[in-house]
Amino acid sequence: MSEWWTYRAEDFLLFSPRVYWRMFESHNAALWPLHVVTLAAGLLIILLIAWRPGVFARWIALILAVLWIFVGWSFLWNRYTTVNWAAAYIAPAFAVEGGLLLISALRDGLAFDRRGPVAWTGYLTLVFGIAGQPLLAPLQGRGWTSSEVFGIAPDPTAIATLGVLLLARGGLVPWLLPIPLLWCLLSGMTLRTMGEPQAWAPYAAVALTAAAWIWTIIRQRGSLPAA
Amino acid sequence: MVGLGTWITFNVGNDPGLRDECADVMAAFFEGGGRMIDSSPMYGSSQPVVGYGLQKLGRPPALFSAEKVWTSSATAGPAQIEQSRRFWGVPKFDLVQVHNLLAWKAHLQTLLQMKAAGTVRYVGITTSEGRRHDLVEQIMRNEPIDFVQFSYNVVDRDAEARLLPLAAERGIAVIVNRPFRQGELTNRLKNKPLPEWAAELGVSSWAQLLLKFILSHPAVTVAIPATTRVDHVRENLSAAAGSMPDLATRQRISAHVKAL
Repeated sequence: MSEWWTYRAEDFLLFSPRVYWRMFESHNAALWPLHVVTLAAGLLIILLIAWRPGVFARWIALILAVLWIFVGWSFLWNRYTTVNWAAAYIAPAFAVEGGLLLISALRDGLAFDRRGPVAWTGYLTLVFGIAGQPLLAPLQGRGWTSSEVFGIAPDPTAIATLGVLLLARGGLVPWLLPIPLLWCLLSGMTLRTMGEPQAWAPYAAVALTAAAWIWTIIRQRGSLPAA
Repeated sequence: MVGLGTWITFNVGNDPGLRDECADVMAAFFEGGGRMIDSSPMYGSSQPVVGYGLQKLGRPPALFSAEKVWTSSATAGPAQIEQSRRFWGVPKFDLVQVHNLLAWKAHLQTLLQMKAAGTVRYVGITTSEGRRHDLVEQIMRNEPIDFVQFSYNVVDRDAEARLLPLAAERGIAVIVNRPFRQGELTNRLKNKPLPEWAAELGVSSWAQLLLKFILSHPAVTVAIPATTRVDHVRENLSAAAGSMPDLATRQRISAHVKAL
Protein backbone atom coordinates (compact mmCIF):
# COMPACT_ATOMS: atom_id res chain seq x y z
CA MET A 1 0.00 0.00 0.00
CA SER A 2 1.54 3.30 -1.04
CA GLU A 3 0.86 6.85 0.15
CA TRP A 4 0.90 5.77 3.80
CA TRP A 5 0.96 9.40 4.88
CA THR A 6 -2.56 9.88 3.53
CA TYR A 7 -4.03 7.21 5.84
CA ARG A 8 -5.53 8.04 9.24
CA ALA A 9 -6.12 5.75 12.21
CA GLU A 10 -9.83 5.72 11.29
CA ASP A 11 -8.99 4.03 7.98
CA PHE A 12 -7.78 0.95 9.84
CA LEU A 13 -10.72 0.66 12.22
CA LEU A 14 -12.83 -2.21 10.89
CA PHE A 15 -15.71 -2.18 13.41
CA SER A 16 -18.01 0.21 15.25
CA PRO A 17 -17.97 0.91 19.02
CA ARG A 18 -21.35 -0.82 19.23
CA VAL A 19 -19.87 -4.08 17.86
CA TYR A 20 -16.73 -3.72 20.01
CA TRP A 21 -18.63 -3.49 23.31
CA ARG A 22 -21.17 -6.13 22.27
CA MET A 23 -18.17 -8.42 21.83
CA PHE A 24 -17.30 -8.01 25.52
CA GLU A 25 -20.94 -8.59 26.50
CA SER A 26 -20.95 -11.88 24.56
CA HIS A 27 -17.55 -12.88 25.93
CA ASN A 28 -18.58 -12.19 29.52
CA ALA A 29 -21.88 -14.06 29.09
CA ALA A 30 -20.07 -17.06 27.60
CA LEU A 31 -17.46 -17.29 30.39
CA TRP A 32 -19.46 -16.30 33.48
CA PRO A 33 -18.85 -17.22 36.36
CA LEU A 34 -15.18 -17.72 35.51
CA HIS A 35 -14.73 -14.03 36.38
CA VAL A 36 -14.96 -14.92 40.06
CA VAL A 37 -11.99 -17.27 39.70
CA THR A 38 -9.83 -14.83 37.70
CA LEU A 39 -10.58 -11.93 40.05
CA ALA A 40 -9.74 -14.18 43.01
CA ALA A 41 -6.47 -15.05 41.23
CA GLY A 42 -5.78 -11.33 40.85
CA LEU A 43 -6.45 -10.71 44.53
CA LEU A 44 -4.20 -13.63 45.39
CA ILE A 45 -1.38 -12.08 43.30
CA ILE A 46 -1.69 -8.80 45.24
CA LEU A 47 -1.68 -10.62 48.61
CA LEU A 48 1.26 -12.85 47.70
CA ILE A 49 3.39 -9.91 46.51
CA ALA A 50 2.52 -7.91 49.62
CA TRP A 51 3.02 -10.61 52.25
CA ARG A 52 4.84 -13.69 50.99
CA PRO A 53 6.76 -12.61 47.85
CA GLY A 54 9.81 -14.79 48.45
CA VAL A 55 7.97 -18.06 48.87
CA PHE A 56 5.34 -17.71 46.16
CA ALA A 57 7.08 -15.68 43.42
CA ARG A 58 7.01 -18.54 40.94
CA TRP A 59 3.28 -19.05 41.54
CA ILE A 60 2.58 -15.42 40.66
CA ALA A 61 4.34 -15.89 37.31
CA LEU A 62 2.50 -19.17 36.77
CA ILE A 63 -0.93 -17.61 37.37
CA LEU A 64 -0.15 -14.81 34.91
CA ALA A 65 1.18 -17.29 32.35
CA VAL A 66 -2.06 -19.28 32.41
CA LEU A 67 -4.18 -16.13 32.13
CA TRP A 68 -2.20 -14.67 29.20
CA ILE A 69 -2.49 -17.90 27.24
CA PHE A 70 -6.18 -18.18 28.12
CA VAL A 71 -7.02 -14.57 27.13
CA GLY A 72 -5.03 -14.89 23.90
CA TRP A 73 -6.89 -18.02 22.95
CA SER A 74 -10.41 -17.29 24.25
CA PHE A 75 -10.70 -13.59 23.46
CA LEU A 76 -8.23 -12.69 20.73
CA TRP A 77 -8.20 -15.90 18.74
CA ASN A 78 -11.79 -17.09 19.18
CA ARG A 79 -13.67 -13.79 19.39
CA TYR A 80 -11.74 -10.67 18.34
CA THR A 81 -10.62 -12.25 15.05
CA THR A 82 -14.26 -12.39 13.94
CA VAL A 83 -14.32 -8.59 13.58
CA ASN A 84 -10.61 -7.82 13.29
CA TRP A 85 -8.48 -10.07 11.10
CA ALA A 86 -5.34 -8.45 12.54
CA ALA A 87 -6.10 -10.10 15.91
CA ALA A 88 -4.98 -13.43 14.41
CA TYR A 89 -1.47 -11.97 14.29
CA ILE A 90 -1.67 -10.59 17.83
CA ALA A 91 -3.01 -13.71 19.59
CA PRO A 92 0.33 -15.58 19.21
CA ALA A 93 2.05 -12.69 21.01
CA PHE A 94 -0.15 -13.43 24.02
CA ALA A 95 0.99 -17.05 23.86
CA VAL A 96 4.61 -15.87 23.71
CA GLU A 97 4.06 -13.70 26.82
CA GLY A 98 2.48 -16.69 28.53
CA GLY A 99 5.49 -18.80 27.55
CA LEU A 100 7.93 -16.21 28.91
CA LEU A 101 6.01 -16.06 32.17
CA LEU A 102 6.04 -19.84 32.30
CA ILE A 103 9.83 -19.81 31.91
CA SER A 104 9.97 -17.23 34.71
CA ALA A 105 7.93 -19.55 36.90
CA LEU A 106 10.05 -22.61 36.13
CA ARG A 107 13.32 -20.72 36.72
CA ASP A 108 11.91 -18.85 39.71
CA GLY A 109 13.11 -15.81 37.78
CA LEU A 110 11.14 -13.03 39.47
CA ALA A 111 11.86 -11.47 42.86
CA PHE A 112 9.34 -9.11 44.45
CA ASP A 113 11.48 -7.03 46.73
CA ARG A 114 11.04 -3.52 45.32
CA ARG A 115 10.26 -0.63 47.66
CA GLY A 116 9.69 3.07 47.16
CA PRO A 117 8.03 5.01 44.30
CA VAL A 118 8.46 2.29 41.68
CA ALA A 119 6.83 -0.28 43.94
CA TRP A 120 3.91 2.00 44.72
CA THR A 121 3.46 2.71 41.01
CA GLY A 122 3.39 -1.04 40.51
CA TYR A 123 0.75 -1.56 43.19
CA LEU A 124 -1.35 1.29 41.76
CA THR A 125 -1.21 -0.18 38.25
CA LEU A 126 -1.88 -3.71 39.50
CA VAL A 127 -4.85 -2.72 41.64
CA PHE A 128 -6.30 -0.62 38.81
CA GLY A 129 -6.05 -3.54 36.38
CA ILE A 130 -7.87 -5.86 38.77
CA ALA A 131 -10.34 -3.60 40.60
CA GLY A 132 -10.53 -0.38 38.57
CA GLN A 133 -10.84 -1.44 34.93
CA PRO A 134 -14.12 -3.39 35.41
CA LEU A 135 -15.73 -0.20 36.76
CA LEU A 136 -15.13 1.78 33.57
CA ALA A 137 -18.06 0.19 31.71
CA PRO A 138 -20.75 1.17 34.25
CA LEU A 139 -19.07 4.54 34.82
CA GLN A 140 -19.47 5.27 31.11
CA GLY A 141 -23.08 4.14 31.06
CA ARG A 142 -22.59 0.81 29.28
CA GLY A 143 -23.56 -1.37 32.23
CA TRP A 144 -21.65 -4.20 33.91
CA THR A 145 -22.31 -6.66 31.12
CA SER A 146 -19.55 -5.18 28.92
CA SER A 147 -17.00 -4.79 31.76
CA GLU A 148 -13.44 -5.80 31.02
CA VAL A 149 -12.26 -8.18 33.75
CA PHE A 150 -8.74 -9.31 34.66
CA GLY A 151 -7.97 -12.74 33.24
CA ILE A 152 -10.97 -12.54 30.91
CA ALA A 153 -10.23 -9.46 28.76
CA PRO A 154 -6.84 -8.33 27.42
CA ASP A 155 -6.63 -4.73 28.73
CA PRO A 156 -6.93 -5.42 32.47
CA THR A 157 -4.72 -8.49 32.10
CA ALA A 158 -1.99 -6.47 30.38
CA ILE A 159 -2.31 -3.51 32.78
CA ALA A 160 -2.17 -5.73 35.88
CA THR A 161 0.83 -7.56 34.42
CA LEU A 162 2.66 -4.26 33.97
CA GLY A 163 1.95 -3.58 37.64
CA VAL A 164 3.42 -6.96 38.62
CA LEU A 165 6.49 -6.37 36.47
CA LEU A 166 7.08 -2.97 38.08
CA LEU A 167 7.15 -4.74 41.43
CA ALA A 168 9.56 -7.41 40.17
CA ARG A 169 13.28 -7.76 39.66
CA GLY A 170 15.01 -10.34 37.53
CA GLY A 171 16.78 -10.87 34.24
CA LEU A 172 13.56 -11.80 32.46
CA VAL A 173 11.68 -8.59 33.33
CA PRO A 174 12.97 -6.67 30.27
CA TRP A 175 11.74 -9.56 28.08
CA LEU A 176 8.33 -9.61 29.77
CA LEU A 177 7.59 -5.89 29.40
CA PRO A 178 7.33 -5.31 25.61
CA ILE A 179 4.20 -7.38 24.81
CA PRO A 180 1.91 -5.90 27.50
CA LEU A 181 3.26 -2.43 26.68
CA LEU A 182 2.61 -2.87 22.96
CA TRP A 183 -0.85 -4.27 23.63
CA CYS A 184 -1.73 -1.27 25.81
CA LEU A 185 -0.53 1.10 23.11
CA LEU A 186 -2.55 -0.73 20.45
CA SER A 187 -5.65 -0.88 22.63
CA GLY A 188 -5.33 2.80 23.51
CA MET A 189 -5.11 3.70 19.82
CA THR A 190 -8.15 1.56 19.02
CA LEU A 191 -10.22 3.13 21.81
CA ARG A 192 -9.13 6.66 20.91
CA THR A 193 -9.99 6.08 17.25
CA MET A 194 -13.46 4.94 18.33
CA GLY A 195 -13.79 8.12 20.39
CA GLU A 196 -13.92 6.17 23.66
CA PRO A 197 -12.79 8.22 26.70
CA GLN A 198 -11.36 5.17 28.46
CA ALA A 199 -8.44 5.15 26.03
CA TRP A 200 -6.62 6.98 28.83
CA ALA A 201 -6.44 3.75 30.88
CA PRO A 202 -4.04 1.71 28.71
CA TYR A 203 -2.14 4.87 27.78
CA ALA A 204 -1.72 5.75 31.48
CA ALA A 205 -0.44 2.22 32.19
CA VAL A 206 2.19 2.66 29.46
CA ALA A 207 3.17 6.11 30.73
CA LEU A 208 3.47 4.97 34.36
CA THR A 209 5.48 1.90 33.39
CA ALA A 210 7.82 3.93 31.19
CA ALA A 211 8.29 6.58 33.88
CA ALA A 212 8.95 3.98 36.59
CA TRP A 213 11.34 2.07 34.36
CA ILE A 214 13.29 5.21 33.49
CA TRP A 215 13.40 6.10 37.20
CA THR A 216 14.81 2.65 37.95
CA ILE A 217 17.51 2.97 35.29
CA ILE A 218 18.54 6.41 36.49
CA ARG A 219 18.66 5.20 40.07
CA GLN A 220 20.73 2.15 39.11
CA ARG A 221 23.27 4.40 37.45
CA GLY A 222 23.63 6.25 40.71
CA SER A 223 22.20 9.55 39.54
CA LEU A 224 19.74 9.56 42.40
CA PRO A 225 19.96 8.35 45.98
CA ALA A 226 18.47 4.92 46.56
CA ALA A 227 14.70 5.00 46.99
CA MET B 1 -28.98 4.19 -8.40
CA VAL B 2 -28.24 3.62 -4.70
CA GLY B 3 -26.38 0.51 -3.56
CA LEU B 4 -25.40 -0.79 -0.15
CA GLY B 5 -21.88 -0.61 1.25
CA THR B 6 -20.75 -2.95 4.02
CA TRP B 7 -17.55 -1.28 5.35
CA ILE B 8 -17.71 -1.35 9.20
CA THR B 9 -21.52 -1.62 9.31
CA PHE B 10 -21.69 -5.33 8.38
CA ASN B 11 -18.60 -6.37 10.34
CA VAL B 12 -20.54 -7.71 13.32
CA GLY B 13 -18.76 -11.02 13.84
CA ASN B 14 -20.83 -13.96 15.05
CA ASP B 15 -23.29 -11.87 17.09
CA PRO B 16 -26.70 -13.36 16.21
CA GLY B 17 -28.68 -10.22 17.09
CA LEU B 18 -26.48 -7.93 15.02
CA ARG B 19 -26.46 -10.39 12.11
CA ASP B 20 -30.25 -10.30 12.09
CA GLU B 21 -30.18 -6.49 12.13
CA CYS B 22 -27.95 -6.56 9.04
CA ALA B 23 -30.36 -8.99 7.37
CA ASP B 24 -33.19 -6.55 8.16
CA VAL B 25 -31.25 -3.76 6.46
CA MET B 26 -30.75 -5.99 3.41
CA ALA B 27 -34.45 -6.89 3.37
CA ALA B 28 -35.41 -3.20 3.39
CA PHE B 29 -32.80 -2.55 0.71
CA PHE B 30 -34.26 -5.13 -1.70
CA GLU B 31 -37.85 -4.16 -0.85
CA GLY B 32 -36.98 -0.58 -1.76
CA GLY B 33 -35.61 -1.61 -5.14
CA GLY B 34 -31.93 -1.77 -4.22
CA ARG B 35 -29.64 -4.11 -6.15
CA MET B 36 -25.88 -3.63 -5.67
CA ILE B 37 -24.23 -4.80 -2.45
CA ASP B 38 -20.49 -4.14 -2.22
CA SER B 39 -18.03 -5.86 0.11
CA SER B 40 -14.39 -6.92 0.42
CA PRO B 41 -12.19 -9.52 2.13
CA MET B 42 -10.74 -6.53 4.01
CA TYR B 43 -14.04 -5.86 5.79
CA GLY B 44 -13.72 -8.47 8.56
CA SER B 45 -16.88 -10.56 8.88
CA SER B 46 -18.88 -8.48 6.38
CA GLN B 47 -18.79 -11.17 3.68
CA PRO B 48 -20.26 -14.01 5.80
CA VAL B 49 -22.78 -11.55 7.23
CA VAL B 50 -23.90 -10.63 3.70
CA GLY B 51 -24.10 -14.36 2.96
CA TYR B 52 -26.20 -14.89 6.08
CA GLY B 53 -28.60 -12.15 4.99
CA LEU B 54 -28.85 -13.46 1.45
CA GLN B 55 -29.60 -16.96 2.70
CA LYS B 56 -32.22 -15.62 5.10
CA LEU B 57 -33.87 -13.63 2.29
CA GLY B 58 -33.80 -16.52 -0.16
CA ARG B 59 -31.09 -14.96 -2.32
CA PRO B 60 -33.12 -12.13 -3.92
CA PRO B 61 -32.87 -12.29 -7.74
CA ALA B 62 -32.37 -8.51 -7.97
CA LEU B 63 -28.96 -8.81 -6.28
CA PHE B 64 -25.96 -7.37 -8.10
CA SER B 65 -23.00 -8.77 -6.17
CA ALA B 66 -19.92 -6.55 -6.10
CA GLU B 67 -16.81 -7.97 -4.47
CA LYS B 68 -13.12 -7.25 -4.36
CA VAL B 69 -9.82 -9.08 -4.41
CA TRP B 70 -7.44 -7.79 -1.74
CA THR B 71 -4.13 -9.54 -1.34
CA SER B 72 -0.56 -8.61 -2.17
CA SER B 73 0.02 -12.12 -3.50
CA ALA B 74 -0.82 -12.50 -7.17
CA THR B 75 -1.22 -16.27 -6.87
CA ALA B 76 -3.57 -16.02 -3.86
CA GLY B 77 -6.15 -13.99 -5.78
CA PRO B 78 -8.28 -16.83 -7.28
CA ALA B 79 -8.47 -18.70 -3.94
CA GLN B 80 -9.52 -15.53 -2.15
CA ILE B 81 -12.23 -14.81 -4.72
CA GLU B 82 -13.50 -18.38 -4.37
CA GLN B 83 -13.55 -18.05 -0.57
CA SER B 84 -15.51 -14.80 -0.94
CA ARG B 85 -18.00 -16.52 -3.25
CA ARG B 86 -18.56 -19.23 -0.67
CA PHE B 87 -19.14 -16.63 2.03
CA TRP B 88 -21.79 -14.96 -0.12
CA GLY B 89 -23.31 -18.26 -1.25
CA VAL B 90 -23.73 -17.08 -4.85
CA PRO B 91 -22.94 -19.07 -8.03
CA LYS B 92 -20.69 -16.27 -9.29
CA PHE B 93 -20.08 -12.59 -8.69
CA ASP B 94 -21.48 -9.94 -10.96
CA LEU B 95 -18.46 -7.74 -10.34
CA VAL B 96 -15.01 -8.29 -8.84
CA GLN B 97 -12.75 -5.28 -8.32
CA VAL B 98 -9.07 -4.94 -7.45
CA HIS B 99 -9.26 -3.37 -4.00
CA ASN B 100 -7.18 -0.22 -3.52
CA LEU B 101 -5.09 -1.17 -6.57
CA LEU B 102 -3.22 -3.76 -4.49
CA ALA B 103 -1.14 -5.93 -6.88
CA TRP B 104 -3.46 -4.60 -9.56
CA LYS B 105 -1.63 -5.85 -12.67
CA ALA B 106 -1.69 -9.50 -11.66
CA HIS B 107 -5.21 -9.42 -10.23
CA LEU B 108 -6.64 -7.57 -13.21
CA GLN B 109 -5.16 -10.20 -15.49
CA THR B 110 -6.81 -12.91 -13.36
CA LEU B 111 -10.15 -11.08 -13.42
CA LEU B 112 -10.07 -10.57 -17.17
CA GLN B 113 -9.40 -14.31 -17.59
CA MET B 114 -12.33 -15.07 -15.28
CA LYS B 115 -14.54 -12.74 -17.29
CA ALA B 116 -13.52 -14.46 -20.52
CA ALA B 117 -14.31 -17.82 -18.91
CA GLY B 118 -17.70 -16.55 -17.74
CA THR B 119 -17.03 -16.93 -14.01
CA VAL B 120 -17.45 -13.20 -13.37
CA ARG B 121 -19.56 -10.73 -15.35
CA TYR B 122 -17.63 -7.50 -14.89
CA VAL B 123 -14.23 -6.39 -13.63
CA GLY B 124 -13.09 -3.19 -12.01
CA ILE B 125 -10.67 -1.33 -9.76
CA THR B 126 -11.15 0.71 -6.60
CA THR B 127 -9.50 3.48 -4.67
CA SER B 128 -10.76 5.81 -1.96
CA GLU B 129 -10.30 9.25 -0.46
CA GLY B 130 -8.65 10.69 -3.53
CA ARG B 131 -5.63 8.39 -3.47
CA ARG B 132 -3.64 7.46 -6.60
CA HIS B 133 -5.92 9.15 -9.11
CA ASP B 134 -3.06 9.29 -11.60
CA LEU B 135 -2.76 5.51 -11.62
CA VAL B 136 -6.54 5.08 -11.70
CA GLU B 137 -6.66 7.34 -14.74
CA GLN B 138 -3.87 5.40 -16.41
CA ILE B 139 -5.69 2.08 -15.86
CA MET B 140 -8.98 3.56 -17.07
CA ARG B 141 -7.25 4.67 -20.29
CA ASN B 142 -5.31 1.49 -20.97
CA GLU B 143 -7.18 -1.48 -19.50
CA PRO B 144 -10.57 -2.94 -20.51
CA ILE B 145 -12.27 -2.45 -17.13
CA ASP B 146 -16.04 -2.24 -16.76
CA PHE B 147 -16.25 -0.46 -13.39
CA VAL B 148 -14.20 2.02 -11.42
CA GLN B 149 -14.84 2.88 -7.78
CA PHE B 150 -13.61 5.99 -5.97
CA SER B 151 -14.68 8.56 -3.38
CA TYR B 152 -16.83 11.45 -4.50
CA ASN B 153 -19.10 13.66 -2.46
CA VAL B 154 -20.24 17.23 -2.03
CA VAL B 155 -16.90 18.33 -0.56
CA ASP B 156 -14.45 15.85 -2.13
CA ARG B 157 -14.80 16.73 -5.80
CA ASP B 158 -11.36 15.94 -7.27
CA ALA B 159 -12.89 13.20 -9.42
CA GLU B 160 -14.83 15.80 -11.41
CA ALA B 161 -11.64 17.05 -13.04
CA ARG B 162 -10.48 13.90 -14.84
CA LEU B 163 -11.93 10.60 -13.60
CA LEU B 164 -15.64 11.25 -14.07
CA PRO B 165 -15.29 12.75 -17.60
CA LEU B 166 -12.93 9.90 -18.56
CA ALA B 167 -15.39 7.29 -17.27
CA ALA B 168 -18.14 8.86 -19.38
CA GLU B 169 -15.86 8.97 -22.41
CA ARG B 170 -14.73 5.35 -22.05
CA GLY B 171 -18.13 3.95 -21.02
CA ILE B 172 -16.86 2.80 -17.62
CA ALA B 173 -19.48 2.50 -14.89
CA VAL B 174 -18.71 4.53 -11.74
CA ILE B 175 -19.29 3.35 -8.15
CA VAL B 176 -19.02 6.14 -5.60
CA ASN B 177 -17.81 5.21 -2.12
CA ARG B 178 -17.81 7.36 1.03
CA PRO B 179 -20.75 9.51 -0.14
CA PHE B 180 -21.12 10.85 3.41
CA ARG B 181 -17.39 10.74 4.25
CA GLN B 182 -18.07 7.75 6.49
CA GLY B 183 -20.81 9.60 8.37
CA GLU B 184 -18.75 12.72 8.96
CA LEU B 185 -20.91 14.88 6.67
CA THR B 186 -24.27 13.68 7.97
CA ASN B 187 -23.06 14.04 11.57
CA ARG B 188 -21.84 17.56 10.91
CA LEU B 189 -25.07 18.60 9.22
CA LYS B 190 -27.65 16.79 11.35
CA ASN B 191 -28.43 19.80 13.54
CA LYS B 192 -28.48 22.30 10.66
CA PRO B 193 -31.74 23.06 8.86
CA LEU B 194 -32.09 21.98 5.25
CA PRO B 195 -32.14 24.96 2.87
CA GLU B 196 -35.68 25.89 1.80
CA TRP B 197 -34.85 25.35 -1.86
CA ALA B 198 -34.08 21.68 -1.12
CA ALA B 199 -37.84 21.05 -1.01
CA GLU B 200 -37.92 21.61 -4.79
CA LEU B 201 -35.92 18.40 -5.13
CA GLY B 202 -38.33 16.48 -2.92
CA VAL B 203 -35.75 15.73 -0.23
CA SER B 204 -36.49 15.63 3.47
CA SER B 205 -33.00 14.94 4.87
CA TRP B 206 -29.38 15.90 4.42
CA ALA B 207 -28.54 12.33 3.43
CA GLN B 208 -30.94 12.53 0.50
CA LEU B 209 -29.60 15.91 -0.61
CA LEU B 210 -25.99 14.70 -0.41
CA LEU B 211 -26.87 11.58 -2.40
CA LYS B 212 -28.79 13.54 -5.03
CA PHE B 213 -25.72 15.71 -5.53
CA ILE B 214 -23.69 12.57 -6.33
CA LEU B 215 -26.29 10.68 -8.35
CA SER B 216 -27.06 13.69 -10.52
CA HIS B 217 -23.57 13.68 -12.00
CA PRO B 218 -24.09 12.16 -15.45
CA ALA B 219 -21.07 9.85 -15.16
CA VAL B 220 -22.06 8.33 -11.81
CA THR B 221 -23.70 4.91 -11.95
CA VAL B 222 -24.24 4.07 -8.29
CA ALA B 223 -23.39 5.38 -4.81
CA ILE B 224 -22.91 2.88 -2.00
CA PRO B 225 -23.69 4.38 1.42
CA ALA B 226 -23.33 1.99 4.36
CA THR B 227 -25.78 1.91 7.23
CA THR B 228 -26.94 -0.24 10.14
CA ARG B 229 -30.46 1.20 10.15
CA VAL B 230 -33.53 0.19 8.18
CA ASP B 231 -34.95 3.74 8.15
CA HIS B 232 -31.67 5.05 6.77
CA VAL B 233 -31.50 2.51 3.96
CA ARG B 234 -35.05 3.49 2.91
CA GLU B 235 -34.13 7.16 3.11
CA ASN B 236 -31.01 6.57 1.00
CA LEU B 237 -32.90 4.62 -1.67
CA SER B 238 -35.50 7.34 -2.02
CA ALA B 239 -32.76 9.77 -3.05
CA ALA B 240 -32.61 8.06 -6.43
CA ALA B 241 -36.27 8.88 -7.11
CA GLY B 242 -37.84 12.18 -8.07
CA SER B 243 -36.21 15.16 -9.70
CA MET B 244 -32.45 15.54 -9.81
CA PRO B 245 -30.54 18.80 -9.39
CA ASP B 246 -29.24 20.47 -12.54
CA LEU B 247 -25.70 21.80 -12.81
CA ALA B 248 -26.54 25.13 -11.18
CA THR B 249 -28.33 23.46 -8.27
CA ARG B 250 -25.44 21.03 -7.80
CA GLN B 251 -23.08 23.99 -7.43
CA ARG B 252 -25.56 25.55 -5.00
CA ILE B 253 -25.66 22.38 -2.86
CA SER B 254 -21.87 22.16 -2.74
CA ALA B 255 -21.42 25.84 -1.89
CA HIS B 256 -24.11 25.69 0.78
CA VAL B 257 -22.62 22.63 2.53
CA LYS B 258 -19.09 24.05 2.40
CA ALA B 259 -20.33 27.29 3.94
CA LEU B 260 -21.96 25.56 6.92
